Amino acid sequence: MSGNLRHLTEPIVGNNPITMQILGICSALAVTTSLSTALVMCVALTVVLATSNALISAIRHHLPRSIRLILQITIIASLVIVVDQVLQAYAFGMSKRLSVFVGLIITNCIVLGRAEAFAMQNPPWPSFLDGLGNGLGYSAILAAVAATRELLGAGTLLGLTVLPAAGNGGWYRPLDLMLLPSSAFFLLGLIVWAVRSRRPEQIEATEFVLRTGGRREER
Amino acid sequence: MIELFLQAAFAENLALSLFLGMCTFLAVSNRVDTALGLGAAVIVVQALTVPVNNLIYTHLLDQGAWAWAGLPDLDLRFLKLISFIGVIAAMVQILEMLLESYVPRLHRALGIFLPLITVNCAVLGGSLFMVERNYTFGQSVVYGAGTGAGWALAVIALAAIRERIRYADIPGGLQGLGMSFILAGLMSLGFAAFAGIALP
Repeated sequence: MSGNLRHLTEPIVGNNPITMQILGICSALAVTTSLSTALVMCVALTVVLATSNALISAIRHHLPRSIRLILQITIIASLVIVVDQVLQAYAFGMSKRLSVFVGLIITNCIVLGRAEAFAMQNPPWPSFLDGLGNGLGYSAILAAVAATRELLGAGTLLGLTVLPAAGNGGWYRPLDLMLLPSSAFFLLGLIVWAVRSRRPEQIEATEFVLRTGGRREER
Repeated sequence: MIELFLQAAFAENLALSLFLGMCTFLAVSNRVDTALGLGAAVIVVQALTVPVNNLIYTHLLDQGAWAWAGLPDLDLRFLKLISFIGVIAAMVQILEMLLESYVPRLHRALGIFLPLITVNCAVLGGSLFMVERNYTFGQSVVYGAGTGAGWALAVIALAAIRERIRYADIPGGLQGLGMSFILAGLMSLGFAAFAGIALP
């Protein structure tokens, strides 16, 4: 059991899908202007990822190799449709705010990437935990970006005023940059930098090493 | 129509303002020539799939589309996700076979990028936005071409910048992925300026 639990905890920081595997940044950053939409997106993605991993792993011996990708996409698409319909039924306003981005979970590289890299080789229970762990790792980054953007961009968190904005008689002057899409890129870049400074083994090898003092530096 | 094209390509650039197609965007922007190949492939696929999906949506899935068959209440809109992804996969496959038999040189150049496009969020995203904004068939052709062109432009530009800074001395932790994010952010700021331009 403790062996399986490793699949849950490892992707959260050590092998985080976003900072380490460069997967799944696609669809989700556009919903990070406010924390509430980002959290709904995280829950939706984690549910889809965990269940699709478990389902694909359960039938992995019956999938012919030549058409496995299209079958995996079909399973993922069906799960996303379920999530989308549930959102439309119980949280219609939220579903409107997320607009097309729930549907785009299908093409989120994390889901297909984990199905292909993990679920096809492992039994259902570890696959489920792996999906859950990767979903949580992704959620951690997404929530951090969204919280920063909402706090600095509007002075609120989950719609509650934390820093009273100057427009409403407070003292805080909102940072408009945080509402622009580019701030999400900057924040992600800084997060990657922070994580890699803590864990130097993740640093990518330099393509070209500069020559210093006339002799080649060996790295 | 021109306005829609420019809006789709610049002000609402799929990669830089809506974060679509990020995985491929960051993965293939190492070199300009691969970025050119992928960009061309995305333009073609996007310009074909968005109109095709528009036809499928209005004539097969939308509420009342089956009224002629005596089923006016049939509402198949929930099937749009699965049918769009099927159309995209099929279009990519057909395009690959056509190119292989008629334009083998182009096929060799695009080669590995065509299958990758199936899971490019920008392609599915374009189709979903087309539905959400109720574009007509003509508009969807323009929108597809515009978004494809904008995505290609962004990926080629990022690749060119990354080639330029290859020799730069970047702090270890920012090397590669981190720097690409910062660059994309700066480019995104630049593209945000297009949103302020009033079109005649």
